[in-house]
Amino acid sequence: MISQVFILTTSGDHLIYKDFRGEAGVDAIRTFYEAVTALSGDQPPVVMSHKGMHFVHVKQGGLYWAASTKSNPSPFTVIEFLNRLAALTKDYCGSLSEKSVRMNFALIYELLDEMVDYGYIQTTSTDMLKNFIQTETMSSKPFSLFELGNVGLFGAETQQSKVAPSAATSRPLMFTRGDQGGNEIFVDVIERLSVIIGSNGVVMKADIEGEIRVKCYLPGCSEMRIGLNEELSIGKSQLRGYGMAVRMDECSFHQAVKLDEFDAYRILKICPSQGEQTVMQYQLCDDLPCAPPFRLFPTVERDIGNRLLIYLKLRCDLSPKSVALNVSVTLPIPKGSVSLSQELSSPDQSAELQSKNKALQWDIPRFPGGAQLSALFKLEVPGLSSASLQEVGPVSLCFELPKHTCTGLQVRFLRLTPTQPGSSQRWVRYVTHSDSYTIRI
Amino acid sequence: MPYFGSEETVKELKRALSNPNIQSDRLRYRNYIFRVIRSMTQGLDVSALFMEMVKASATVDIVQKKLVYLYMCTYASLKPDLVLLAINTLRKDCADPNPMVRGLALRNMCNLRMPGITEYIQQPIMTGLRDKAPYVRRVAVLGCAKMQRLQTLTEIDATIVNELYGMLRDPDPVVMVNCLRALEEILQAEGGVVINKPIAHHLLNRLKDLDSWAQSEVLTFLLRYRPRSEDELFDILSLLDGFLQSGHTPVLAATLRLFLQLAAEHPAVQVDALVRARGPLLNACGAQSRELRFAGLCHVQKILKSQPGQYGAHYKRFFCSYSEPSYIKFRKIEILVELVNDENVGLVLEELRGYCTDVSLELAQAAIAAIGRIGRMYSEKCLDILTGLLGLKQEHITSAVVQTFRDLTWHCPQSTVLVCRAVEGCEETIQDAEGKQALLWLLGVHGGKINSAPYVLEGYINGLKSEMSSAVKVELLTAAVQLFLVRPAEMQDMLGRLLQYCIEEESDMCVRDRAILSYRLLQCGVAETRRVIQGPESDPSMGVIIGRPEEPVSNWVSTFNTLTPLCGRVTSPEPTTSGCTNHTTQNVVADPLAGTSEETEVYTPEDKQGVIGMSLGPTLLHEDFERLWLELKLSLRENLGFPGPRSSPETLQAALQLVKMQTLAFSRADTLPWKAYIYTHCSGTLVLAELLQPTAEPESDGMVLSIKQKPEDRQVLQEFVAVLKTVLQTLIKGTS
Repeated sequence: MISQVFILTTSGDHLIYKDFRGEAGVDAIRTFYEAVTALSGDQPPVVMSHKGMHFVHVKQGGLYWAASTKSNPSPFTVIEFLNRLAALTKDYCGSLSEKSVRMNFALIYELLDEMVDYGYIQTTSTDMLKNFIQTETMSSKPFSLFELGNVGLFGAETQQSKVAPSAATSRPLMFTRGDQGGNEIFVDVIERLSVIIGSNGVVMKADIEGEIRVKCYLPGCSEMRIGLNEELSIGKSQLRGYGMAVRMDECSFHQAVKLDEFDAYRILKICPSQGEQTVMQYQLCDDLPCAPPFRLFPTVERDIGNRLLIYLKLRCDLSPKSVALNVSVTLPIPKGSVSLSQELSSPDQSAELQSKNKALQWDIPRFPGGAQLSALFKLEVPGLSSASLQEVGPVSLCFELPKHTCTGLQVRFLRLTPTQPGSSQRWVRYVTHSDSYTIRI
Repeated sequence: MPYFGSEETVKELKRALSNPNIQSDRLRYRNYIFRVIRSMTQGLDVSALFMEMVKASATVDIVQKKLVYLYMCTYASLKPDLVLLAINTLRKDCADPNPMVRGLALRNMCNLRMPGITEYIQQPIMTGLRDKAPYVRRVAVLGCAKMQRLQTLTEIDATIVNELYGMLRDPDPVVMVNCLRALEEILQAEGGVVINKPIAHHLLNRLKDLDSWAQSEVLTFLLRYRPRSEDELFDILSLLDGFLQSGHTPVLAATLRLFLQLAAEHPAVQVDALVRARGPLLNACGAQSRELRFAGLCHVQKILKSQPGQYGAHYKRFFCSYSEPSYIKFRKIEILVELVNDENVGLVLEELRGYCTDVSLELAQAAIAAIGRIGRMYSEKCLDILTGLLGLKQEHITSAVVQTFRDLTWHCPQSTVLVCRAVEGCEETIQDAEGKQALLWLLGVHGGKINSAPYVLEGYINGLKSEMSSAVKVELLTAAVQLFLVRPAEMQDMLGRLLQYCIEEESDMCVRDRAILSYRLLQCGVAETRRVIQGPESDPSMGVIIGRPEEPVSNWVSTFNTLTPLCGRVTSPEPTTSGCTNHTTQNVVADPLAGTSEETEVYTPEDKQGVIGMSLGPTLLHEDFERLWLELKLSLRENLGFPGPRSSPETLQAALQLVKMQTLAFSRADTLPWKAYIYTHCSGTLVLAELLQPTAEPESDGMVLSIKQKPEDRQVLQEFVAVLKTVLQTLIKGTS
């Protein structure tokens, strides 16, 4: 059972504090804050104990979401609850930040009051909660669907191939007013890629963790059918169809998903409740259906004197239609490096020496598929020895691939029954993130 | 935290809230109440506004009502008299036609934590239990638990308990789970809610209707139930089977624990359950939420203790990703060490090798230590990697590698030759005390096989004046004496210089004493010194390495799915990493006590910590001892169960001094009752002890040990007792 729940900013300001059981005073917050800020790197900061009180916290949106307890509950439950609280806050307030929590504190108190009674979790489903939540969301700026400042992060290929603004989902659920712009449903296929490529170019590890997330603004929706690729096969042995099969090792579904048509037609049936939920999670280990998106061809040489030459050639192996965004290459360099000069192939790229991390970072805002970029870095390293060369690497990449899934999973169709009156908007979006993409040198 | 101008704010709010113009304007009124709650959250004491807030509770605006109730619950205990004013409004709300208002009022009325509230809430709770809206029943059921908590002294109300047991059959699932929770609290003194067969079966059948939070909680309650027969057990297990694959981690973890505990007598079933839960657990280890990842990793680590082979094929899931925080990386490294096997060892080592050059020094050192631990089974491959790392000439890496080498030769003697070849020439890179100690230990114990050993020691001896750490100096003394025994010609001159400096110029008593000890030992002749100084070169308790022992599941299952696995320190201290200095110390300690006997040569490793922590520290005068002895409370009195040693008091004193216990006074050997007073300083506490041998018959009862301590520290006390016992027993063995 949970004794208290509180939300703190990183500077220690109290945003929300609710005591459910009266077992400990407000001092607990200070104790927690002192403990969490005093942490050095090698302690497990998720659970901390102080005089019989246990503090469990998660960090989301730059805030500490903490729960204290005197009993010894399941850590999974408490962590999931705090994550759920953060997710609900995001659903209700539109975004997750200090500002939105500050502005909507009354609403969060109301949420907490309905979610937890006497430290016991009562309900966290939006369907139940929406009947009880009365406070209206305070939004920092009025939402407009046509605010297209950030187009292109996600693409939508169903329907009229219109593009949904990426800010479209950072919008509060409006339960009270269901009319304006509330007839939308977003289905996101999100994959996280973790890859290790050895120095000889062999893929040593390639895992994909994916999920299908539904964010629903429809006030009432009885059933939704999501059709996935028919040739989707699950597990190592099973193969369906001919040609390019989409494979995954394991998948699991949300409790509410009905799977009676899944085996035959790969159709998921669900009655989405308002807000965001993960409908399906899947994994694929050690076997990418396509080539890894990036290849690196590095050359590291000693130049005359104390100068180190690093020549990086980076190739994007996506199809020419796709594009990678916000690519950032981080390369650890010898400790003593003092200065960096670079030759980059286009002016929108940038590179800098991060003396704190002893690394150089090369940022490429936009990287079209099939392209090859190269960069030459000259490093001044006093006391350069052959051993210093071993300190170079491994390279890690951070990127985002919109409109692309590495497994090839696609949503064939999205149907709502009964058909919604008026114009309901259905969006399907795909994105692949790099969870960890490492290339050894 | 107090804010400047807080009084002003409270005054201003008070004025505004009692302003009739504002009261009549709903939005403005509500805004002021918002401000009160905001100040309250920030830690400002706004209890002075209680009266105004009570007035604000009489409203139709539900948002305002909720906020006022929140306020009242926070300050109820400070203003019990004013709360009574609000009770009427609350009771009226409890009869409201809207179930939401009824529930809200009842919940908050029960939350008013103040004495004497029970008489007002009992009636509404009883009505609430029979309410037709499930929302109100949920609140009322938990209300029973809150009420019980407020009147701890009174007897448990049997009618409520019966009512709650009856309500386990309520059609609303949340009401059912709340009943379990309330009963658990009310019946805490009697061991909590009773789960008998009908209840257990009822709960199992309802499990599917519950949401995942309730499921995981009910599964935890079911841990209490013991099925009557095998058939019933397997029926239950097959019913639960689907939950093992649950995508919701709390449910998965609760189910797994229930499986393991129910099937305690069927190891095959346990293994099967662990295999089936592996996939979802691995997913938790790769979850997007870092905290969930960490929790998953900690639990996988538990499982690995019993089933090291199970995750071997999935080792790649435990490779660190560069964006992870270090607490996750450390866990992953530990897990990699545990799941290493013949197939994956190459790739795991290659991965760990990558971490050794990480930016974070701690991570690099942890990775090096991890390679060392894998080296106990796959020494050749690991030595190659470690030797390669020395080539980097990085301070922290070299230091960590040499420490790892030391542990490796201790555990795994066959690696000695390669280690000896590798450590040559790395003394220039090592700067920190731990690294130096490790290097000196290696030079001392294996100096015969390291060509440059005397020259390295000479370098250290020449630089002795600038050496800060006394631990390094002590290690240097030991190493120099040990190496002298092996290579006297090269060592004689510099050992003399070292001893002279340490005895005449050294200010640290520990170092000086050690130098004097070494000097006198050498005076006894080389043969004697060799017998005392030279201990085993490797861990004598380690025979042939047999695979890791598999811990039974029952050892950890009781803490599975609790906070305990997450609380432990990430880097569990290796028993030898800090203790190697003491391997030799031990031999020095043990030998004079044991006389000629061989069997007491080495203490069991458990004793080490105790010896490390204690110091002779500042000397205590007789008067001070007496005063303290009278002042302090008795911390421990124990009958040791064996008689006092018959050896001479001087031997006893010398023996105790070696383990850093000072003897203050003792009676002569053959007097009765025989007494001895001992003290020691240990981890910041002063321990005083009295040994008393009351009667002549040693067989009848043993010595009585009384201990007083300032300040109290249980752990130190236990270590002290353990060390003292060992010393006394050794003495008895030595003399009898």
